[in-house]
Amino acid sequence: MRPNTVGWLMLAPTIAILGIFGIIPFIYVLYVSFHQWNPFGASPDMIYNGANNFRRLVFDAEFLTSIAFTMKFAFFAVLSEIALGYLLAQLFMKEFPGRGFFRTIHTLPLIVAPIVVGSVWRLMTTPSIGIIPYLLKSWFGYDLNIGRDATAAFALTVIMDIWHWTPLVTLTLLAALLALPKEPFEQAQIDGANRRQIFWHVTLPMIRPAILATVFIRLMDALRTVDEVWMLTSGGPGAATRFVGLHIWKIVFPKTDYGYGAAISVIVLYLTLVMCWLLYVALVARRERKRTF
Amino acid sequence: MQSRNPLFYLALWLLLSLLTLFPIYWLFVISVKPAVDLFTTPSVILDTVYWKNYVNVIGNETLRGYMINSLIISTSNAFLVTGLAFLACYALSRFDLAGKENIFFWTITNRMAPAAVFLLPFYLLFTQVFTFGDWKLYDTKIGMILLYCTFNLPFAIWTLRPTIDGIPKELDEAATVDGASTWQVISEVIFPLARPGLAVTLILTWVFAWNEFLLAATLTSFNARTITTGLSEYVTTTGTEWGAMAAIAMITLIPALIIFAVVQRHIVAGLTFGAVKE
Repeated sequence: MRPNTVGWLMLAPTIAILGIFGIIPFIYVLYVSFHQWNPFGASPDMIYNGANNFRRLVFDAEFLTSIAFTMKFAFFAVLSEIALGYLLAQLFMKEFPGRGFFRTIHTLPLIVAPIVVGSVWRLMTTPSIGIIPYLLKSWFGYDLNIGRDATAAFALTVIMDIWHWTPLVTLTLLAALLALPKEPFEQAQIDGANRRQIFWHVTLPMIRPAILATVFIRLMDALRTVDEVWMLTSGGPGAATRFVGLHIWKIVFPKTDYGYGAAISVIVLYLTLVMCWLLYVALVARRERKRTF
Repeated sequence: MQSRNPLFYLALWLLLSLLTLFPIYWLFVISVKPAVDLFTTPSVILDTVYWKNYVNVIGNETLRGYMINSLIISTSNAFLVTGLAFLACYALSRFDLAGKENIFFWTITNRMAPAAVFLLPFYLLFTQVFTFGDWKLYDTKIGMILLYCTFNLPFAIWTLRPTIDGIPKELDEAATVDGASTWQVISEVIFPLARPGLAVTLILTWVFAWNEFLLAATLTSFNARTITTGLSEYVTTTGTEWGAMAAIAMITLIPALIIFAVVQRHIVAGLTFGAVKE
């Protein structure tokens, strides 16, 4: 066996970079969160103020609604993406001409930069230059104006996310479906099971690990969505699409309220990590344990 | 299961592909329209093509600078990250290091944190802590290259680990018996075998770095500003220049599209996140 020193040396740069850019900022933000600090405000110095920032946070309606919006967004987006992605993956299991070609086209949105996705949807939905408000108006008489209608703006962010990320779900579920053995399906058919029974009792249990892993990854990303929404609605109208990432940005940069921004960052980071960890344990780790039997 | 006519699926997928492609097509339509035509009745059909938006964007020295910055930053970052992840995965796979699974999980947690949470600490570190005299990490390419490691390095380690684990240990041992040094084992045995996995990692990390916006918008002002940030500048200033914005968005899309077309098949395989065991 070679000495482990060599192994540590190989890991060292990774640990160093992630330590400097992962741990130091975290300690620093934790430190700032216990201070009142607005360098461009009335008192530019950092003043220790205990847990005041955190106390303020509990009563900050804007912060709480931004959390609620983020959760609502993640819930609707991920649920629709999983359902739609599964249907599309099943459609890719059929034999038809040009399957590989269509799969390539379907994968395309994945590589588009979030900021470009936001721009595209803005171009499509801005009243008077976009095609969507125009068609909705002339076909259904519906007046889509995401600058005014909060519900429409929110729905649009979800639809945009579905366009952008469903392909990822389709691909992972397709990979899972392709890896399934054929025998259980044949057996179920011989036993006279109908389609719905096959789905619930054969397909679903077998691809559950893949579905759960996909939910985990998508949820993690949906909770941190900022760029697309920033470009599409800038958080508006009002604060209808101001997700938590945007809220932090607005506190830190235009308002330069560093102490309070740090407190929000700490809480959001804590909530995200706890949620990811719970999901990881509940969804992914349970599967690992099962596999060892 | 009873199967429908293949032509039914073909028709269905044609329709779905139209839905997928339409937003990108619309981006192109807007990018080749003169400003005066934008506010006439929106039309799906493109009758005249007007390239002036592209000419203006490419002729704009500032935007050209942003594009070069983006190229430098994402390329250096992708190579750095892939190289470091290769070494790290090799160490995790072949050495009996204490607590290595915890280290592996810790690297991944770096990707879980929302980027917005780190805006403030990075901003403060870049402007006030990592400074030497007048020199600051803020608005430097090297700063952005290192910063992007925080989300790209965990991803790279995550995707590369199965590849390295999949290379039989016997090959290392055989080479060592023949007198090869650790370095020779890595460069002459492992590297050639891991090349497909390395290529996928390199490309995906490149795309992530190229596409990143939030951190670049916050931590650069001019010298290291990237093209995605340049794109956003066309919206936030009063009176959006829609045509120019669409042209920049199209240009931002092109390198990713080319790369994607080349490696499409491998990306599909690389995106299963270990959910599928062959």
